[in-house]
Amino acid sequence: MPEPSFIFGQFVGGLTASMFLFVTAVGLSLIFGVLRVLNFAHGSLYMLGAYLAWQIMNWLGPGPEHFWLAALGSAVVVAGIGAAIERLLFRHLYGREELYQLLFTYALVLVLADVCKIVWGTQQLSVSRPLSLSGGTTIFGTLVPHYNLFIIVLGPALALALWLLLHRSPAGRIIRAAVLDREMLGALGANVGWIYTGMFALGAFLAGLGGALVTPVKTIVPGMDVEVIVEVFIIVVIGGLGSMWGTFLGAVVFGQVLAFGILLMPRFSIFSVFALMAIILIVRPWGLLGRRLTR
Amino acid sequence: MASLLEVRDLHTAYGLSQVLFGVSLEIQAGECVCLLGRNGVGKSTTIRSIMGLTRPSRGEVRWKGGSILGWPPFRVARAGIGFVPEDRRVFADLTVRENLDVARQVSRRPGEWTAEAVFELFPPLRPIAGRRAGYLSGGEQQMLTIGRTLMGNPELLLLDEPSEGLAPLVVEHLLEQVTALKRRGLTILLAEQGIAFSLQLADRVYVLEKGTVRFSGAAAELREDEALRDRLLAL
Repeated sequence: MPEPSFIFGQFVGGLTASMFLFVTAVGLSLIFGVLRVLNFAHGSLYMLGAYLAWQIMNWLGPGPEHFWLAALGSAVVVAGIGAAIERLLFRHLYGREELYQLLFTYALVLVLADVCKIVWGTQQLSVSRPLSLSGGTTIFGTLVPHYNLFIIVLGPALALALWLLLHRSPAGRIIRAAVLDREMLGALGANVGWIYTGMFALGAFLAGLGGALVTPVKTIVPGMDVEVIVEVFIIVVIGGLGSMWGTFLGAVVFGQVLAFGILLMPRFSIFSVFALMAIILIVRPWGLLGRRLTR
Repeated sequence: MASLLEVRDLHTAYGLSQVLFGVSLEIQAGECVCLLGRNGVGKSTTIRSIMGLTRPSRGEVRWKGGSILGWPPFRVARAGIGFVPEDRRVFADLTVRENLDVARQVSRRPGEWTAEAVFELFPPLRPIAGRRAGYLSGGEQQMLTIGRTLMGNPELLLLDEPSEGLAPLVVEHLLEQVTALKRRGLTILLAEQGIAFSLQLADRVYVLEKGTVRFSGAAAELREDEALRDRLLAL
């Protein structure tokens, strides 16, 4: 039996991974919920967020808290890129077969990966943590970096903020109506095209933010786009596509299964997550908190 | 004076199956006009074509003298045409109140209609304002769909089969409420199969058959002439 402090350490480690991924995954889930397009290029927006954060840090020069500006600035730029992609390209995908959507967004993955290589090269880049969160605290015998604690708090705070946006704001009312019946909403006077653009920009913002926030703990390398898209896909499948709390739950489950799976099968930790996803796809294809699609 | 709405020689098809073969009609401000006809003759398609929800292959739709053909539905709505769909289509997960508010928000047409005014017209909605629309009865949903469209302060109301699938008593009630709307001066284009409902309400009637206008005239004519009625609408 491993020591309790070790178990706690695994738990916190899993939770940190969960919340990092949640930021990106919830963007994918929101976009799917409204636009009904599974954006395979969501991981590419995440990678773009990471590179842009590094780039902005580089421009700003050394400064203890420049990281925050870089993270936010990068997320805003990625949101803008997302809005442009939606208006120029995604527009033509709505209502098409899933196969076209998948092929198209996969093409976007390849293009954006090359763009990143051309602009930033293939060497590993890294960003340092903000000074204010550079320390750590020992909890139950485990040293937890303050930056990780920040991420663990950020995840639920973000979920709550998004819930309030969707369920307690006038804009959220429009978004929920668009999910339920976009044609009817249009016939009532809503320019649904711009609602879609806004939603895609919000999802891209979250992808960019997820990518930027991960830079102090992970090096920025080509290939991080595909790595993350696999992980967030698993998360949204487990939780239920389009469901915000489902995505949250999916992220938590993903992190814990990964953290404790590694104890049981040290060499096949990712296998346990895939196995979980497969079981959920068979038993409950719409995910833990998702809804069965009626149309 | 130009008609409020003028539809000329409308041809509309869904893919390869053509539904409208040259429908023309006119509505003057303040009128209540009814499109009568059996299931599948093109009543809903006419309304959807006016609204921009289905694109006609030929023809013209003029609103206050200007063409609105090819406009997206949201622009048609913001120009003052309110659409009440046939299968009610409330936003099921939103509350009654949210359904009304969202319509006011997106229509961007300020005017007399508020949630309070809708509750005055449809008192049964008031006590269930906080309930999710998906849990409402058919009659309540129909009131909500009409109320929701009214929140956009339309000048013309397109009502598609409002009495469909409702109990006779509920239909009677609905008839009173739509009559009240008519008395307020709202222009109405009604699509109906039920002649009891439509002939009581309408000033003028267009009878559709196989995608064309078979008869047009005063509703009184059809009300009084039973033989004509039978000839046109025999099932």
